[in-house]
Amino acid sequence: MTIGLVHYLVVAAILFTMGVLGIFLNRKNLIVILMAIELILLAVNINLVAFSAFLHDLVGQVFAMFVLTVAAGEAAIGLAILVIYFRGRGTIAVDDVNRMKG
Amino acid sequence: MIQALAFYLFAFVVVLSGALTIASRNPVHSVMWLILAFFNAAGLMILVGAEFIAMLLVIVYVGAVAVLFLFVVMMLDIDFTELRAGVARYFGIGLALAVALAAEVMIAIGAWSTGPIQLARRAAPIDDTVPNIQAIGNLLYTRYLFVFEGAGLVLLVAMIGAIVLTHRQRGGVKAQNISRQNARRPQDATRNTSPVVGQGVEL
Repeated sequence: MTIGLVHYLVVAAILFTMGVLGIFLNRKNLIVILMAIELILLAVNINLVAFSAFLHDLVGQVFAMFVLTVAAGEAAIGLAILVIYFRGRGTIAVDDVNRMKG
Repeated sequence: MIQALAFYLFAFVVVLSGALTIASRNPVHSVMWLILAFFNAAGLMILVGAEFIAMLLVIVYVGAVAVLFLFVVMMLDIDFTELRAGVARYFGIGLALAVALAAEVMIAIGAWSTGPIQLARRAAPIDDTVPNIQAIGNLLYTRYLFVFEGAGLVLLVAMIGAIVLTHRQRGGVKAQNISRQNARRPQDATRNTSPVVGQGVEL
């Protein structure tokens, strides 16, 4: 019984779907939404690395590293915005974020 | 056999902890499940021979990002039960969307695995005689040097942005001014007076 590319793709697909579902389930809690986005990016990374390994092309792993970089920056900026928003308003409920009336 | 066993173990735990990340009531537990998911994803990547990305995942995600999440969750004083209020309302549409998305991805995977798809030429074929980290380094510091520098720039901007956003100047704080202390000389600080007996000095 050998583990092929499709096994990895299925795991990544389930994880990706779970991240999307997490954004819907925790529509009000911004912290868990950010965690769900991290899950989505993790699924993308699993996909990139699996393709890279099974198709014998190293570029996938290089790009997984760049995805990791962007994920780290996004988490830092997102949490910084969350902290100053909480400082000003005393809540992080997404429904209340309508000050700009966009 | 042992490889398949390890794969199913890692895959099961990563999916389970992903589900618990989005389903936990307490965000601290969510962060813990997220850390477990990252560890097991790193295990999955080790199984296919991508050691560098696996270690990067443990160091960057678990060591930095998850700890950042933990700090923010514990620092903010939030009533989380109130934030969970709408879960039941959006469960149906969320689940429908997730199932549709999963079905689409599965169809894509099925289409990929049925027919021979013409692939483009390999951009950087893996050489089995070179270790993974060395091969990535060779590629990263030559062909992708500028993209690598760009990634560093992204991190720099993120760091400066996070500091600028969260830093605040607080008034009324007594702080030490070292240059002012060093610039103080005896002739500025002391003064000779000859007070009259019984009158004292005016300071």
